[in-house]
Amino acid sequence: MDIKMELTEGITVLYVREDRLDANNSEALKVELRRLFESGTKDLVIDLKEILFIDSSGLGVLVSGYKNASILHGTLKLSNLQSQVKSMFELTRLHRVFDIFTSVDDALQSYR
Amino acid sequence: MKNNIDIDITIPSHTRYLRMVGTIGEKVAQEIDCPDNIRESLPGQLAVVLTEGLVNAIKHANSADPDEEIHVRINVTNKNLVVRIYDNGVGFDLDSVPTPCFNSNGLEDKGRGIFILKSLMDTVKYIRTDDGNVLEMKKKLA
Repeated sequence: MDIKMELTEGITVLYVREDRLDANNSEALKVELRRLFESGTKDLVIDLKEILFIDSSGLGVLVSGYKNASILHGTLKLSNLQSQVKSMFELTRLHRVFDIFTSVDDALQSYR
Repeated sequence: MKNNIDIDITIPSHTRYLRMVGTIGEKVAQEIDCPDNIRESLPGQLAVVLTEGLVNAIKHANSADPDEEIHVRINVTNKNLVVRIYDNGVGFDLDSVPTPCFNSNGLEDKGRGIFILKSLMDTVKYIRTDDGNVLEMKKKLA
């Protein structure tokens, strides 16, 4: 999975550079999230700008990350949800659970 | 225009084929003549339905065995869109799958696939046959 990582003002930003987050590749994101949490990351923004399609497996990995961040008293926020992704969040009511921002900058701003 | 589309696809039981089948579903849905309120969302919905149905067959029914095959049938008439996904595995009980918890306190990582299928389609059935199982999902088009 193509993931770019940046550390800005103590916040880790993950740019998922794939057009799909589904049962075929979501495990790779889960492994990366686990690695980050184990190495001390607490606050995380995942940018989904390039994701045009997500399924329940992709949603599940984001939920898993959200729960792990909460256990560590950290946060996992999302940015740049495209239309199909937004629809899936609304269908599964997860838009009420996650803090979702229109851009990475807005997500980072929420930490200041 | 008359809708008369019948497509059969057979794939190995592996998630690498999700994109291919989902894309076929999108293209099929774009050719369906139906009311505007359904047509706009149908391509995206059919891609999701095929993906969720296939993942269910690959991971749960076929126990992620890539030597197994999965057979998908998409049938479109003027009245209905019917998706059938056939597996040869041990199967599962559709009614035993709980509705996912929507509160942040009780969130589970898994268990949204069947809920998504039931939300997007009018009927969802999982039927045992003589040589396997079939997940049958229907959506009214008129």
